[in-house]
Amino acid sequence: MHVLRPRSLHAALEDLASDARLRPMAGCTDFMVPGAATGADSDGILDLSLLSELRGIRWNDDWLEIGALTTFAEIAASNFVQEHFSALVEAARQVGGWQIQTRATLGGNIANASPAGDSLPVLLALDAELELSAAGGVRRIPYERFHVGYRETALGAGELITRIRLPRPAPNVHQSFRKVGTREAQAISKLSVALCARVDDGIVRDYRLAAGSLGPTPIRLREVERAVVGRTANSETADRAAEIATHQIHPIDDVRSSASYRRWAFARIVRRMTLDAYASSLQG
Amino acid sequence: MNPRSQTARARSDLGTRESEAARDDRSPARPDGFAKASGSLAYADDARLEGMLFGATLRSPHPHARIRSAHWRPERAPAGAIGLLARDLTGPNGVQLLDDAWPILAGDGVHHVGEAVGLAAATSPEAAQAALAAFEIEYEPLPARTTPAEALPSDVFTELEILHGDVAHGFTQAAHIVEGTWRTARQEHVYIECQSMTAWIDTDDTLVVQGSMQCPYYVQNALSHALKRPAQRVRVVATPPGGGFGGKEDYPSLLALHVALLALATRHPVRISYDRHEDMLATSKRHPSEVHHRSGVDSDGRLTAMDVDILLDAGAYRTLSPVVLSRAVLHATGAYRCPNVRIRGRAVRTHTLPNGAFRGFGAPQVLFAVERQMDRIARAVGIDPLEIRLRNVLEPGDELPTGQVLDDSTSARLCLERVERETDFRRRWREHERQRSTISGDANGSRKGVGISLYLHGSGFTGNGEKRLASTVRARLRSDGRIELQTASVDMGQGSCIVLPMVAADACGLHVDDFVVAEPDTSRVPDSGPTVASRTSMIVAGEVALAAQEICGQIVDAWGKRIDSAEEARLEAGELLAGSRSEAFRQVARCHYLEYGASEVTRVHTPPAWQEFDEESYRGVAYPTYAFGADVAEVEVDPDTLQVRPLAVTAVCEVGRVLHPVLCRGQIEGGTLQAVGWALMEEAQCREGHLVNDRLATYLLPTVQDCPEIQVVLLEHPWNGVGTGAKGVGELPMNGAAPAVVAAIENATGLAIAELPATPERLLVELERQGLADRTQPS
Ligand SMILES: Cc1cc2nc3c(=O)[nH]c(=O)nc-3n(C[C@H](O)[C@H](O)[C@H](O)COP(=O)(O)OP(=O)(O)OC[C@H]3O[C@@H](n4cnc5c(N)ncnc54)[C@H](O)[C@@H]3O)c2cc1C
Repeated sequence: MHVLRPRSLHAALEDLASDARLRPMAGCTDFMVPGAATGADSDGILDLSLLSELRGIRWNDDWLEIGALTTFAEIAASNFVQEHFSALVEAARQVGGWQIQTRATLGGNIANASPAGDSLPVLLALDAELELSAAGGVRRIPYERFHVGYRETALGAGELITRIRLPRPAPNVHQSFRKVGTREAQAISKLSVALCARVDDGIVRDYRLAAGSLGPTPIRLREVERAVVGRTANSETADRAAEIATHQIHPIDDVRSSASYRRWAFARIVRRMTLDAYASSLQG
Repeated sequence: MNPRSQTARARSDLGTRESEAARDDRSPARPDGFAKASGSLAYADDARLEGMLFGATLRSPHPHARIRSAHWRPERAPAGAIGLLARDLTGPNGVQLLDDAWPILAGDGVHHVGEAVGLAAATSPEAAQAALAAFEIEYEPLPARTTPAEALPSDVFTELEILHGDVAHGFTQAAHIVEGTWRTARQEHVYIECQSMTAWIDTDDTLVVQGSMQCPYYVQNALSHALKRPAQRVRVVATPPGGGFGGKEDYPSLLALHVALLALATRHPVRISYDRHEDMLATSKRHPSEVHHRSGVDSDGRLTAMDVDILLDAGAYRTLSPVVLSRAVLHATGAYRCPNVRIRGRAVRTHTLPNGAFRGFGAPQVLFAVERQMDRIARAVGIDPLEIRLRNVLEPGDELPTGQVLDDSTSARLCLERVERETDFRRRWREHERQRSTISGDANGSRKGVGISLYLHGSGFTGNGEKRLASTVRARLRSDGRIELQTASVDMGQGSCIVLPMVAADACGLHVDDFVVAEPDTSRVPDSGPTVASRTSMIVAGEVALAAQEICGQIVDAWGKRIDSAEEARLEAGELLAGSRSEAFRQVARCHYLEYGASEVTRVHTPPAWQEFDEESYRGVAYPTYAFGADVAEVEVDPDTLQVRPLAVTAVCEVGRVLHPVLCRGQIEGGTLQAVGWALMEEAQCREGHLVNDRLATYLLPTVQDCPEIQVVLLEHPWNGVGTGAKGVGELPMNGAAPAVVAAIENATGLAIAELPATPERLLVELERQGLADRTQPS
């Protein structure tokens, strides 16, 4: 097995273009796990860790751009993220334990495409966009179109995820994230839920709900959103959101939990988050 | 001059007292601490030997199958690899424990998934793995019974019964009769260091086996039996184990045989080190249990009858199950007085991994059951959980179901009273009970609850175990004037490496540095028995103190007779031992060594005559004494996810004499956390005989983030029956936290979970059973 350590993005993309079997490696926290569907069996490694141009967090007009190599520890510590994307901070602080957070990257979490990836529902609810680069050029796609099947993504041959872009949220959007695992750290999610909601004058104006570990990919729950936006924010609406939400998921029984628990807890969390969004709008 | 006179005086004003905080100064650092913390200590897998080969194990994929044919095809193996099957064994195909029914390699058939069928050795671990492909085994799968229910009634390994009073009559006196069935899960030890063993043949044709283990002489015995070698030609060396918890009591004997067979076949050193996955797949677990209680109480809540039926899943082979079952039946009624008792225990055979020793050894399962049963009884009577315990608690002079009359160190009531004082349990429990029915559905935040448990642990080996063992220890003078303490006890983290020197120093008036603990090596140390049953600090250390004192006495006496100069006269015998004069003593001892050589004193432990137990009728003194404890746990339950967060556990433990306060607390903190994990999340799940979560990514145990605040209160009631006056502390704390945590969940939510672990999924099932799952609040 050979390892390439390019010093620029340009060089990395050229390497990737000339050898399609190269596997990119970022923080290596998924890559290293033996037998996993990630990297251990690959022929060659393209180590991205020297690409400083893919690190860091900055505003570009009304988009916050996070370099794909930025770690969860860096994300959780960023003032920009703390101020505008509290749900992402919550998720970043719950990935693995703090040792993992100092290595694990946002790009790796997305590319690894596990339905249990903790940042994924948050990015869905935040209407994120991905910048994908290849030797031939750069394209942007809505993140919602990235996961096409179980561990299948829209990433083309020779492409890297280079940036994650988040639109600046409206001032009074309430964000929440909830991860349910077996223990407080180092737990793969039984389920995870992210919500961005805006309630004005008692009416739900904006409602973006996403979930992880409840199907083959992380999912955005569009039907719930359509049913809730425009309604009065009250417990009836919260019940309705929870009710519809449970019909849109496909939880399974596995070694970590049961389908019926996942369904029940998911409904409870959706309900609770919806009520919290309403309560926070009252506080101003 | 009697070194015990001082302690004997202290014991004359017996009474339970708190272990003073000042005694934390009496906690010298363990000699291996720095090497462990810095990573420089050599564990079993560290040393590389010249010409060493590596072994790998072919395992059964079936829970039950006949082996139609088995072959080793060398042409398919890497060059130089060898393979062994059952037919290659020249001696009995059995691991000698209580009997030798546990096969070294499966012969005609396999009886659990993961059972060893073939062994290969090659020049690297990878080549050895590759060599497994050269085995050709034809299996004929047979129907498998993988749960105790399927095993009953025919497949019972051992059945025990204890009868006391007249149970039928007891039930006629009862105002309430309460029944309950309580279940616990298979728990994995998760010692940090996986099993590892290395064997080689020395130039004098001695077989040497070195590795991670708790009981060097068990391993020597198993090797000598199956290989038909005299014990003197089998040398077993225990490397410092990275944890054991009982998991290195029985299994190392099997692994030792595997490496020994390969070493004998190849005449090379051979090592097998399991990775975590293989370790979890192949080694023993805590017995899953089902305990049925039927209890009668009078209108005041006093027990009139207890009928207890215990079922342990032994797995495919008996191994140590009869002894585990024995401790289970002997702890089945908990720390309570009841005049009419019937206890039945059965260990049954299933086509699953053999279950074995695990911290607590059968007691945690039955204490979970009896503690939850007492809570259920309290609700039936209409009194609180503390009150039901106070009304039934064992007192000095009370009789146990075996007829044993309890000594005056019986401190269960003191533990209960103390834990109430520490935690204000009763008031808080009542308040949570009241609040539970009044919180409105949309209230934010979590539910809190508290639970209490009372528990005991019989000290040392069960029944006549100590009598049979006749533990032997030796103190031997070294050329540098220090005394070597020779025992087969292994320090697996509990701290005997410092506790043995401490008790010896105490007995001789010397310093801990004047003593050296010998490496547990059967060619150099006598058989002081296995490192199990919380017995080292109590029994082995007691004999060590006496041996050390005796050898010091001999040295000093001999010196006294030889004094002939004024200079030497200053080192007078009595003064030497009275004044902690280490330097002076060492000088004298060095002279003694030059004059007489390495003199030594050997002592054999004899249990006191009053420790009589009849193993047929289960009457008599099953344990010389009992340690007691009471826990209060506080939990918080998330109403949306039913996730349980253990917030705090207060453990009040009366452990006889506290020898090393820091390590003693460490045992209680660790045991408590292990019990919390067992209560809330740990479960080696078995489906149709296959372990489902055989990795640490799926078998989850608490992380430091999940650890409750643990407050330990140590009570001492030095007890002068046997040994040091310590009652043993390694296992006691494993008995207390699980029932207290599950009781706290009930206090918080109204959901009484009858099966461990109390996962959110099980809480939801209970919520649905109560018809409350659709309501917005779980109450
Ligand atoms: C102990 C432990 C606990 C964990 N806990 C959690 C958890 O709680 N929640 C969670 O979501 N995850 C968890 N993980 C998984 C892992 O840490 C995350 O998915 C992490 O974000 C992966 O990032 P990485 O930089 O380490 O990726 P790597 O391991 O380096 O790569 C992962 C995959 O992504 C590809 N890749 C990486 N970067 C790029 C890129 N820029 N463009 C294209 N492809 C790329 C790689 O080729 C590889 O296939 C845990 C892992 C471990 C070992």
